[in-house]
Parts: sequence; C-alpha cells; structure tokens
Amino acid sequence: MTPATRSKIALLGTLAVLLLVVPLLFPSAFHLRVAALVWINAIAALGLALLMGLAGQVSLGHAGFLAIGAYATALGPRHLGLDPLLSMLAGVFAAGILAFLVGRPILRLKGHYLAVATLGLGILVHLVVVSEVAITGGPDGIQVPRLVLFGWRVVGPEIWYAITGVVLLLATWIALNLEDSSTGRALRALHDSEIAAAVAGIDVARHKLLVFVVAAVYAALAGGLLALLNRFVTPDVASFLRSIELVTMVVIGGMGSIAGAIVGAALLTVLPQLLTFFHDYEHAVLGLAIVLFMVFLRQGIVPGLAGLFARGRRA
Amino acid sequence: MSRLRGEGLSIAFGGVRALDGVSFSANAGEVLAIIGPNGAGKTTLFNIVSGLYRAQAGRVFLDGRDVTGLPPHALAALGLARTFQNLQIFFRMSVLENVMVGRHLKERRRLFAELLGLPSVLRENRESRRRALALLAFVGLADRAEDPAQSLPYGALKRLEIARALASEPKVLMLDEPAAGCNPVETEEIDRLVLALARAGIAVVLVEHDMKLVMRISDRVLVLDRGRVLAEGRPQEVRADPRVIEAYLGRHGLQTAHAA
Amino acid sequence: MAEFLQLLFAGLTVGAVYALVALGFTLIFQASEVVNFAQGEFVMLGGMVTVFAFKAGVPLPLAALLAVLVAVAVGLSLHRFAIEPAKGATVVTLIIVTIGASIFIRGIAQIVFDKQFHALPAFSGDEPLRLLGAAILPQSLWVLGGAALVVVGLRLFMERTLFGAAVRATAANRLAAELVGIDTRRVLAFAFGVSAAIGALGGILVTPVTLTSYAVGTLLALKGFAAAMLGGIGNPVGAVLGGVLLGLLESFAAGWISSTYKDAVAFVVILLVLFALPQGLLGRRAIERV
Repeated sequence: MTPATRSKIALLGTLAVLLLVVPLLFPSAFHLRVAALVWINAIAALGLALLMGLAGQVSLGHAGFLAIGAYATALGPRHLGLDPLLSMLAGVFAAGILAFLVGRPILRLKGHYLAVATLGLGILVHLVVVSEVAITGGPDGIQVPRLVLFGWRVVGPEIWYAITGVVLLLATWIALNLEDSSTGRALRALHDSEIAAAVAGIDVARHKLLVFVVAAVYAALAGGLLALLNRFVTPDVASFLRSIELVTMVVIGGMGSIAGAIVGAALLTVLPQLLTFFHDYEHAVLGLAIVLFMVFLRQGIVPGLAGLFARGRRA
Repeated sequence: MSRLRGEGLSIAFGGVRALDGVSFSANAGEVLAIIGPNGAGKTTLFNIVSGLYRAQAGRVFLDGRDVTGLPPHALAALGLARTFQNLQIFFRMSVLENVMVGRHLKERRRLFAELLGLPSVLRENRESRRRALALLAFVGLADRAEDPAQSLPYGALKRLEIARALASEPKVLMLDEPAAGCNPVETEEIDRLVLALARAGIAVVLVEHDMKLVMRISDRVLVLDRGRVLAEGRPQEVRADPRVIEAYLGRHGLQTAHAA
Repeated sequence: MAEFLQLLFAGLTVGAVYALVALGFTLIFQASEVVNFAQGEFVMLGGMVTVFAFKAGVPLPLAALLAVLVAVAVGLSLHRFAIEPAKGATVVTLIIVTIGASIFIRGIAQIVFDKQFHALPAFSGDEPLRLLGAAILPQSLWVLGGAALVVVGLRLFMERTLFGAAVRATAANRLAAELVGIDTRRVLAFAFGVSAAIGALGGILVTPVTLTSYAVGTLLALKGFAAAMLGGIGNPVGAVLGGVLLGLLESFAAGWISSTYKDAVAFVVILLVLFALPQGLLGRRAIERV
C-alpha cells in the first residue's frame, strides 16, 4: 500500500466515524442543522482546495459558482416548473459550463491579476442576482420548494444531515482520488513550476481549466444543497464576503490539504454561530480571529498540527 | 541520423540580438556539447528549441518533422526532454513524485476513471511508481525516493531533474549545465549518466562550462559567441581553433596562448 | 452637451476617489507586494470620524485632521500588528490577513459609530456652478482639487526627498535596498501610514457628495483594486489613470446604458482588459528566466 493510499483510507475512515458520532453527541435539531451547514461548506471548500492548494490558482469569486447552484435550484421550479433536484443538477452543469467558458482566458492570468479577475467574475454574478428582481427576487431572495423524491417528502434535520454527510463523503473520496492520480500530480507540478510541468509534457492551460471546472462543480453542488436545506436563497450566497469565507476556509485549514479544507469549513461555519453570543461584536471578533489564525498558524491548522506532531514524535 | 536540427535560429530581446542565424544538428546516440562565453546565447537556444521562446526566424526539426513554434508540452510528446540551469524542481512533491510527473505522457489519463479511482488508475499509478523508482536507482537516488524533494542537496537535485526528464522516454535530451555547482564526485556521476544515455541511443545535447567534462564526453562541440556559431567540430579540433581561444580569453589571452 | 458634461464631472469626482484608493494600493504594493484590502476602510474612517467629530462640535477642518490622524494610526497598527508578524507568508495568506483586518475595522466602526448613513455639509455650499448648461457641485471641485494635490504632492515627495528615494529603491528591488542600508520595514510602515492618510482624505472630501457609513469600505476597496490592476499594479501613474477611467466609465454607463449595472462596469472592464492585456494597461511584460 502506498503512503497516499494509506492516508486516503485514514481520512475517509475518520470522516465516516465523525459523521456517525456527531449526531450522538449533538442530537438537537439546531446542532444537526449547523453540522449539515458544515458539510455543505466543506464540499465547496474541497473544490476550492483542489484549485488553490493542489494547482495553486486563487479564486476570489468562488461564491459566484455557489450562487449559480443555489439559484438554479430555486429558479427551475419557480419559472420552469422543474423538479428541484433536476434544477440543482442543471445548475451544477451550468456552473461547470461557465467555468469552462471563462476559465481559459482567466487562468492565463497570474497572481494578483488572477485574483482580481476571479473577484470580478464573482461580483458580476452577485450583481445579476441582486438586480434581476423579476427573475431572482432581488435582494429579498427567493423560496425553494421542498424536495420530494418518488413521493417521499425530504424533510427534517436528521435527513438533511445524512444527505449532506454522504455527499461530503463522496466528494472527499473523489478529491482524494484526483490528488493521487496522473492529473493530480500534473496539477501539483504546475503549482511549483509551470515551465517544468510544460516541458514534462503537461498541457498546463488544459489542466488549470480542468481543475477550475471541478472546483466550480463542487461549489455549485454545495450551493444547490444549501438552497434545498434552507429552502430559501438570498444574494448573500454570491457576495464577496462569501467568496472570502470560502478562501479562508481553505487557507485556515491548510492549503493543499484535503482534510484541512474540511477543518477550515467546520471552523468558519461554527465560529460565527458561537459569535452570535457577542451580538454587535460578531464581526470584530471574526475579523480578529481570521487575522490571528493567519499570522500564528500561517501554514494552516492541519499542516501546522501535523508539523508539531512530527516534531513531538522525533523529540 | 539527425534527431534534432536547428536552421538559422534568430531572436532579439529589446533590440539586442541574442541569437543570430544559429544552425546545428544533434544525432541519435551522440553527445553534442554547446559551449561559449557567458551571454553567448546557449540557454536562449535551449529555450527556443524546447518551445519556451519563439524564434523570430529559423526552424526547428525533430526527427525530420518541422516543429517550429510548437508549445513545450507538444514537443515533449514528440520526444524532447530537458533540464534547467536554474533548477525547476517540484518542491512540494516527494523525490519519487517528481519523477512520476515525468511519466505524465506515458500515463493514460481518463479523468472520470481518475476521479473514481478505478482499478485501471491504481494499476497505472503502480506502474509509474515502479518505473520512477528504476530511474531513481539509475541516477543513484533510490534511497531518497519518499523524501520531500526540497530536502535533497544541490547535486542530487541535478540528477533528479535528469531522472524526471528521462521518465518521458525521450529521443532527445537537453541538459543545461548538468555539472554546474557539482563537486568532482558528482561530476563524474553525471559523466557516467550522459555516456550511458548516449549509448542507449538518445541524442544528448548539453550546455556546459566545465571544459574537462566537455572534452571527455562529447562527440561534437558547437561553440557560440555573441549569438553566432563560432566553430563546430570534434572536441580536439575546437580546442585548437584560434577563434575559440580568442573568444574565451580575448586578444590578450590569444597572444599569451601563442607565446606559450 | 450639458448631459455629457454632467456625466463627465460626476465620473471624474468618483474616479478621483477610486484613483486615491488605487494609489494607496500601489504605494503599499510597491513597498511590499502586499495587496491591502483594508484600503477601503481608510476611506470609511476618513468620512465617519469627520462626521462624528463634526457632530460633536469640533470645527470641520479640525475634525478632518483628526480623521486623517485616526486613519494613519489604524494604518500603522495594521502594519505593526498584522502585516509585520505575517512577513514571508504567501500572497493569498496576506490577502486574507488584510481582509480579516478590514472585517475587524468595520466591526469596530459599527460599534463605535453606528449603522446609519451620514452626510457632511459641502465645504463651499451646495449652490451648483453652471457650466454650459450642466450643474456642477462645488464639492466636486474640492474632490478633484484635493486628489490632484495628493497626486502631485506624492510625486514630488518621491522624487525630491531622500526618504522618497528610499521608497522607490525598495519598490525597485527590496533586497538591494536592504543591502545598501535602507530600513525597508520603516519604508513599509511609512507606505501604510501615507496610504491611510490618502484614503482618509478621499473619504473626507467625497462624503458630502456620496454619504458614508461603516460599510462603504468594501466596494471601494474592490473598485480601487480593480483600478490599480487596470493600470497595471505597482505603477502609480497607472493607478490614477485606472481610477479616473473607472469613474468615467461608471458614470457614462449609468447615464447612457443602465444605472442598475453601474457597479458591474468596473468588473466587466477589468475582465475585458485583462483578457486582452494580461499585465494591465501600463504593466510590463515579464519574461520568465530559466
């Protein structure tokens, strides 16, 4: 068994155990709902971790793809009479297509230019959902009908906890597979040196595009689940702050670490829930927490702790 | 047989002619050394041939096929591999993974199979590992396979780049100063590697400053000076060429050489 | 003609503020390669501190001075307590640090001040000047004049003073600057201080026209960043040009096309420009050496 296979099994096992244990420790409806939100955010963060951590391409507009998934799930039933699940899948597909279309010119850019271009893309999506009031409901948001599968009304925090948990498990498995494949190695290679990667025969532009599409699909899937869980979508899902939250999840957890993305998503989802105790101080504390984490654990939580652990074992 | 051929390659950067009508040819099973003073255009020539720069004039042929202007990854697919003067190592990856990346073109990549981790992908991974380990053994790095690439000393990184380049099973291997910064033991190791590769039928093109190494291992030498071909021939001929001595030592040096 | 002039002046006024924010971005970027997303908060602080000091009875010029000082203090603390300790972190990490800081500053502002919109009286009254049928607010002239003064002043400072030379040297090559004995840490702290002052000044001048609240910083930072990138980041002339251009495009798009998508103009333009010119309008093409 290769080290990659071993760590793959370890992470999936840990996640599965976690999914089973959380409801035993926190059985209340509120806690299960927060946990479902964690799993959903983790799905989006996973995609971004592949884009940023693996391939080294930053996106400051990823909430745009989240919003496409969420709004598709709301708009399909409202305007076309489609089933919410089908609408969600259409949204995921649409996000992938959009990423494919804009990816090539955007990913030619590097560093801060890439940052501002992705930022612009996200903001444009936000402006569209805010402005097209007749279609999207504008700033007030829009209702999402209840999901009904073969006559079964999908309702209740336990059910949604289970659904989002299973999707996260699958998403993690797929992300780990990608990491440990020829394409995954190519992505990590172009992160370090695009020139050396190209000389080794890697079509750099194609691979960047590919991971961008994968990241968009992950985000849209998360957006769709979010819409179904909340049964309501507001332009908030597309906001710049949402994009930053996603990036922060990846970076706080540890860039380049699949487990880190999940840890980061958990932290940034649960922290604001705890901060509601601070009322007015919520934003100040959140901002401060982000700065402190980044300054003192700049490698991210998972790699940082792994480093400490390794040092401890050697000592 | 000519594997790699350049014809009249020229490029200028901001009005300065870095290469001016350079032609050369590298044959299978042969070591061609490109030498010349600093700024002669050696690395620029490498960058043009490997597709990183686009020549403003001239053509490049690989196995008789016109490959002028093809991007680097397409050239790699046609059997061209190279290393870099300033190392381009994938520092976030392990030593073994660096070489596995070199196997990229030999791996069958089907995205959906990869995403689902199908058995065919796992088989492919194992095969890549096996081949990469064999190459690491060839360059003497087998015992460092699982170490992070950044933990290797400079000389070992040079050899790691060679192993990565070889992983694509190239027909033409271009080495940019493979012995720079290496100690005598490591240089000898490079010697051995290059000769073994040429014997295996690869056309090896190398840029090198270590004249002793060049004289020892090359079959032919191409001398560049200020972007032009100054001389070409067997090592002994080139060494005796007064124009070459002048380019290296200047007029004063030439007189000293004559006096001696 | 009248409409054209009207839109032109509106665009120049907003563009001048974008230009100041972009200039702040550029100054800090040159000294450190840090993109400071808290730049918009300096503009917010400039407006809000002036408003609240003025309401408390402090004369306007003094209130404005106080606002600049507060912004500078915040800028210097940002450098000292967030940027300096995070030295050597990756670009993305530093971006998140500055965004975290901007969330923090906004959070504090929301507590210290309030969540309402506020106005300031115009410095020279509200009687519009008539020019070829267009009505131009005197405050617009204050904004344009103030911005021009800042740009020229900064330019002179950079070119005529020793410290300006140190800043330019650091921008050109930090390592080389350190080797010749320039304290690049002080240069960076200075860049943060000046950027804060410039941003605050922009906020003070424009508040009588556009109102202010604790939350105005985000969009300003994003547009200022877009403007700086439009000009080619690290180029002060480009930053000013990018800012003014953005303001004009927004104004004319709002007037002639649709005011709904006024805010979209900046980002559509930046995407189109970057697709055509991946280094911005005045950026240099880098050749990678291998």
